[in-house]
Amino acid sequence: MTEQTMSTPAPQQRTATAPGLTGRLRGLSDRAIAWLFIGPTMLLLLAINIFPLIWTVYLSFTNYRANQPGREVKWVGTRNYERLLGSEDIWGYLQATAHFVVWTMLLQVILGLGLALLINRGFRTASFWTTLILIPMMLSPAVVGTFWTYIFQPQTGIFSYIIDWFAGTGALDMIGAPHLAPWTIVIVDTWMWTPYIMLLCLAGLRSIPPYLYEAAEIDRANALQKFWYITLPRVLPFLMLAVLFRGIENFKMFDMVVELTSGGPGSVTELASINLKREAFENWKTGYSSAFAIILFVTVFGLGNIYVKALNRVKS
Amino acid sequence: MSHPADTRPRRQTTRRRIFRRGPWENAATGLIALGVIMLMQPFSFAAFGWSFAVILAGTVGFVIVSHFPE
Repeated sequence: MTEQTMSTPAPQQRTATAPGLTGRLRGLSDRAIAWLFIGPTMLLLLAINIFPLIWTVYLSFTNYRANQPGREVKWVGTRNYERLLGSEDIWGYLQATAHFVVWTMLLQVILGLGLALLINRGFRTASFWTTLILIPMMLSPAVVGTFWTYIFQPQTGIFSYIIDWFAGTGALDMIGAPHLAPWTIVIVDTWMWTPYIMLLCLAGLRSIPPYLYEAAEIDRANALQKFWYITLPRVLPFLMLAVLFRGIENFKMFDMVVELTSGGPGSVTELASINLKREAFENWKTGYSSAFAIILFVTVFGLGNIYVKALNRVKS
Repeated sequence: MSHPADTRPRRQTTRRRIFRRGPWENAATGLIALGVIMLMQPFSFAAFGWSFAVILAGTVGFVIVSHFPE
């Protein structure tokens, strides 16, 4: 007997099993079949998402320390939240996060929309340039953070060399200088995620029917008027969506910044998520860091609600 | 004096007019945005202290009002 004939089931076997299974499924209601399919996913979701969330909420009201499992866990009420919201250090980390989020969003919107308008002109090598521009977005943030540390090297890095060539600044220590380090993470994130904004803007631009521009031409509208009254209102929902999505992602930013600056020099680039990790896994203040995680979670959840609302508006 | 059967639809209409999703959702969204600004602004430490309460109120409010009729 050949291998092929062994692996293929006999025809009578196939006809015997199929009606059995169908018959059993036929006995179930549509609702039961739906639950049968959704059930495993729901269980998995509960186990890896909902349960840890509820557990973190509980821990945020305790003095639990994960490195001291035998220690008595005391209920401390809202003390962790009061300490967090009364700490000037935490306020500083959130301001560093705000600096990062606001500047990256601003630069990415300007550059992304500009690039999308340029690509949308449909010149001969547009698809080649689109592919080239999209490459940074496809890289891992950790890899991006690591190779930009080489680019920012004051002695050997190309960034310092280019700035020196244009402005004669000498060796520029971007990562080591406290007033420049916050801008390094802004530059790298802008380099990496502008293509994403460009892609969404491009989708918005491609959805504009050409007859609108033709009508504007007939009405003798100039380029600025066409942009202001046709292009911008049509692209704005897509842009809002991109800003909200990237804003939420940047609010949680961790990996790229850790690889690039590790929160330094001092704590000028220590974003909220980096400080959260430090408190949880270096200082082992599990209860305190759980409260911090809940504050960040509620903020992101709130922003997520706005995001979904914007998404529905774009859909409609 | 009006009959109770006459007032019921009018009361329902008033309730529907008050509890419409759109304006309440906008208010909750505004509260969330205000809370996020309070959390990350560099001007007032007192505002930072109240930010989480505002975000929480906005988020819980959003979840509730998203169940209101259109």
